[in-house]
Parts: sequence; structure tokens; C-alpha cells
Amino acid sequence: MSDVQDESVLRLVGLRKSYGVGTPVETEVLHGIDLTLGRRDFAALVGPSGSGKSTLLNLIGLLDRPTSGELYLLGRPTRDLDDAARTALRASAIGFVFQFHHLIEGFTALENVLMPLMLARGRPDAATVAWARELLESVGLGGFADRRPGELSGGQQQRVAVARALVTRPALLLADEPTGNLDTRSAQGVFELFRRFNAELGCAVLLVTHDPRLAEACDRTISLVDGRIVSDSPNRRLVSPRSP
Amino acid sequence: MWTEWTIAIRLLREGRVQSLLIIVGIAVGVAVIVFITALISGLQANTIRRTLGTQAHVRVEPPDEVNRIAPAAPGVVQLVLEDRRAQRLRSIRDWQQVRDTLERLPGVVAVSPIVSGPAFARRGSARNSIALIGADPARYVRVVPIHENLIAGAFRVGAGDATIGRGLADELGVRVGDKIRIDAGEGATAVVNVAGIFELGVRELDERYVFVDLKQAQSLLDLPGGVTVIDVTVEEIFGAADIAARISRLTGLKAESWMQTNSQLLNALSAQSLSAAMIGFFVAVSVAFAIASVLSISVVQHTREIGILRAMGATQPTMLRVFLLQGAVFGLLGSTAGVLLGLALLLAFDTFGPRLFEVPVEPGLLFAAIALATLTGTVSAAVPARRAARLDPVAAIRYV
Ligand SMILES: Nc1ncnc2c1ncn2[C@@H]1O[C@H](COP(=O)(O)OP(=O)(O)OP(=O)(O)O)[C@@H](O)[C@H]1O
Ligand SMILES: [Mg+2]
Repeated sequence: MSDVQDESVLRLVGLRKSYGVGTPVETEVLHGIDLTLGRRDFAALVGPSGSGKSTLLNLIGLLDRPTSGELYLLGRPTRDLDDAARTALRASAIGFVFQFHHLIEGFTALENVLMPLMLARGRPDAATVAWARELLESVGLGGFADRRPGELSGGQQQRVAVARALVTRPALLLADEPTGNLDTRSAQGVFELFRRFNAELGCAVLLVTHDPRLAEACDRTISLVDGRIVSDSPNRRLVSPRSP
Repeated sequence: MWTEWTIAIRLLREGRVQSLLIIVGIAVGVAVIVFITALISGLQANTIRRTLGTQAHVRVEPPDEVNRIAPAAPGVVQLVLEDRRAQRLRSIRDWQQVRDTLERLPGVVAVSPIVSGPAFARRGSARNSIALIGADPARYVRVVPIHENLIAGAFRVGAGDATIGRGLADELGVRVGDKIRIDAGEGATAVVNVAGIFELGVRELDERYVFVDLKQAQSLLDLPGGVTVIDVTVEEIFGAADIAARISRLTGLKAESWMQTNSQLLNALSAQSLSAAMIGFFVAVSVAFAIASVLSISVVQHTREIGILRAMGATQPTMLRVFLLQGAVFGLLGSTAGVLLGLALLLAFDTFGPRLFEVPVEPGLLFAAIALATLTGTVSAAVPARRAARLDPVAAIRYV
């Protein structure tokens, strides 16, 4: 990944998305998004409900295809990739955390964390398992490796989901209201994980949130209103102590 | 493939009750197929064995005698009023040579020339119509195993000895060692000693067959040195018709296989096989639909999981394999249970059933059933598996 010259993790050029294409109710939700995300960026994506935040995140995560425009991931154009190539790129470059923790029932916490690597490489070896345990440890769930999702609290499940998103050492972590479902304390805990992994693993973070305090705590805030970016600025408060 | 297996098994375990129900359903279907197939094939093998236990595979006789009609001169219309000839008892010409030829034919196991004709058996004032058969026991038992069906004495002919059926023995009230008189008409009579009594289980034969020495029968029936029939046993019973045709071509004699003689029976048997196959087919089809519907429900139930797996890097082929494997597992587990259940049914049938015949259990059938059910499961899973693979990940993740 690091052989790519481009310093950006993500570059969007004139990205548009319409739903219901070819039907009478065709509506454009994103009206030409231009956006660049650096390799160590920690950005909040905010905006009123229905402004298109989730839609944008799904496009960036290669889960959905834009109607027009181009999306460069790690400097690579993605428009002409087929499903297999998009899946492979997604698996290697992107980690997802959703609002509802979305662990897979029937697998333990540890197996859930391992799942992205199992899908990519098959049966995990000892080193891989050790890495997954280390991640669980670092989200504070070292003792819960063999618990099933149903046996964990909401905040614990979300922390497992964070560990799972990071297990492939992605270049970009996408989180769609990851704390929307949690109480303030758990939310703060999960947010701190993002901060730590951003610093330690060097993965860029794009975080959708409705919580102004969390947005404030990010390095950069991108505002989306009605499918357009209306503002994109660094958060002064946090930038100053971090800049050398 | 390891990951696909793991996910498939976990999904099955998640829907434990559902999985168990469908596996039981498959098991019942497979058990029915195994049981019916084994029962029918046992029944048929038994029927054929019984039929062939009392008759030759191929019976070679002299050709029918026909009137020779002089050909008409050219340009002349000929009207023929033909009185068909009565078929008298007559010998196969050069039968020793025919016998040697038949013995050398590939696929022929045994050849037994006999002379057979109508006669009466008498004792005191009792008189019964019989079929007098002159045979060489050593050859004849390879066509009809009289020696295995004796209830008294021995299968011995010659030197005034005869072997008769149980029905006749009862009618005449004779036991081994008693004497009966055989009357072949036109003053040809002989007194013979009953050396053995057999019971083939076919009334017609047990009441009418009387075996004597070939020479004695020839002289009683006024066919010195002749034989009227050559019975042939073949190696492959369903090849009898071909061998009969071959014999007919080779010798110009009339050769009839057991398959022609018993064409009714064979029709019944093949109708039976067909209905068994139909039952099996329709059971398999409904099992296939059951698997498909259970997996379709499972796809809907696991929509969100599928979406997440896709977001985490599962490709479409991966999701396809996960669900195909589930179908295969259903088929494998269901049919293994079904085969065991079918075996139990067969065992119960052999132990507590009518005991008219033994149902053989062929391992080949069992393995075929398991292999076929696993394949059926995989194929039935194709439609739901494609649905799973094509789910839109965005919609799937949002699904609640
Ligand atoms: N599958 C879809 N089909 C049609 N319209 C859709 C679809 N998904 C989203 N939309 C519409 O697109 C717009 C943006 O939706 P999106 O979910 O991206 O908003 P959001 O910013 O994430 O909102 P929220 O903060 O409530 O999550 C909405 O008006 C929504 O109705
Ligand atoms: Mg949203």
C-alpha cells in the first residue's frame, strides 16, 4: 500500500449518486462531491438526517457504486473494477464500523475479529490469532474472547466491531454513527479507540456522527447538507497541540 | 474453502431446529427410497429365482411340422385350403451333435437332453396323467435342481427306478420303495420302483413329473435313441433371449427362452420397477424443494450477516459456496440418517415381516443414495445460494 506515491488515502472527484435510476422516482442524493482524505486524517462527517452521509460512506467503502464521478482509493481509480476486484480492495484497504455493532451470531468475539482475515486467507495461523487477541486486549476485551455476541453488552459488541475493522490493518477506517447506539461513557471509550489506532496504526478515520462534541474532538469536520459539502475545515482546538 | 465450511456450519447450527427438521425430512425420504428399492429388488430377484428354479433358461425343441405347399406355376393364381398338421412327438435330429454344439456356445453353462411325453401312472385302481421325462440326472440337476428339493429318497433313475413329485405320490399313496406302473399307451407299459420324491413347490410339476432313465422313456414313448427337448442353462439369465436366438439361427431348431415363456411376468416386474423408480423420483423432487425452501428462508434470515460478510471482504462466489455447502451438508447428514433408518426398516422387515423372502442389502445402493442425496442437496441450494450471492450489501446491512 505504501508504494503508492499519492499521499491521499481517498480522493473523490465530482461524485454523484442517484437512487431509483430509470424509475419515475429517480432522485439524486449526492450532487457532485469533491473530497480528499490524507493518510493520517481523522475527520468527522456531520450533517442533518437525510443529507447523504451514509450514502457517501457506502460509496467510499465500495459497497455501492456512484452514478457518476470517480473515486480513488489509495490512488487507484475504482469505477471500472468488477465485483471481485472491489471486494478485494475493500477487504485489504477498508475497515467498517456500523451503527449497530453487527457482529455475526454463531461466532465468538475472537472469531468475529478474525473473520475479515479468514475470508481473505482461510484458516488463521497462530500469529494471526495472536494479533486478533492483541486487538481484543487493546479494546479492553481480553477476557471476552470466547463470548458470543449475545453475551456481550452493546458497548462491548461495538468494541469488538472496532477490533474487527482494524484486524486487516486498513488504510481507512469508516464508521457510520458508531456511537449512536451507546451511552456517553461507552461512546467516549469507542471514540478513544479510534483516536489511539489513528495514532498507533496510522489509519485514516472518517467518522459519521450526530454528536457535536465528538465531531469537535476530531481533527477536521466535513459538513454535508442536502448532498453537498458546505464546509470542510480543521478543528483549531485539537490541531494546535498536535502540530509539531 | 475452510472459511466457507466454517461459516456454513455455524449458520446451520444457528438455525438448529430448522436444520434438524429438514434433515429429518430428508432422512425419511431417503429411507423410503432405500427401503422400496431394496424391497422391490429383493422381491424381483426372489420371483425370478423361483421361476427359474423349475424351468430351463432356454428350451430347444424340433421345429413345428408344417405342410409343404408346392409353389404355383408363374402366372397362375393358387388358392390353398390348408389343414394344419397335428404336432406329433418326435425327436430332435442329430441331437448328440446339437448337444455338443450347444455345450461349446459361450455363455452356456449346462445342456441336458431329455425325452418327454404323456403317459399314465397307475397303482391299483388309481390312474393319473403324467409327464414322463427321461433324463440323465447328472445333467438334469444343472437345469432344475431336483436333488435339492427331495423330501424322500434320492434322485435316481435307471434299473427300474423312478423319481416322482410329491403331489403324485400323495394321489397314488406311494412312498419310497413302492412300485407304480407307467402306461404310455399302445401297450407300452413298465413297472418302476419309486426311488425318490421331490417337491418343487409348483403344483403342476409336483403332480405330473415322473423321471425315469433316458433309455426307458425312449422305449416307452416309442422314440428309440431320440430326445424331444434339450434344456439349456445359461450364465447370465437376462442374456437368455439372445442365446436362444443364436441357437435358433445355428441349429434351425425352435429355441425359446424363459423370458419369452414368462413375458407376462417380466412385464409385471418392469412395471413394478418403473413405479418404484417413480416413487423414488418424486420423493427426491419433494426433498429437493424442501431443501431449497429451507435455505431460501435461511438466506432471508441471514440477510444482515450476508451484508456484513460482504462488507468484510466476502466475495459473491464465497457466499455462493457457503449456501451450496449448507445444501450439501443437509443432503449428506439427511441421507446418512435416512440410510440407517432404511436399514433398520429392512432389518425389521426381514425379522418380523412375512419372511417370504430375504431382502438383500447392497452397500452400493446405500453409497449411491448418500452420494445422490448430497448432490441433490447441493443442486437444490443453487437458487437460494445465488440469491445470497447477489444480495446488495448496502441493502443487506440496513436490513433488520
Ligand atoms: N436505497 C435507497 N433508495 C432510495 N432512496 C434512498 C435510499 N437510501 C437512502 N435514500 C435517500 O437518500 C437520502 C440520503 O440518505 P442517507 O441514508 O445517506 O442519509 P444520512 O445522512 O445517512 O441520514 P441519517 O443521519 O439519518 O443516517 C435520504 O433522503 C434517503 O431517503
Ligand atoms: Mg445514515
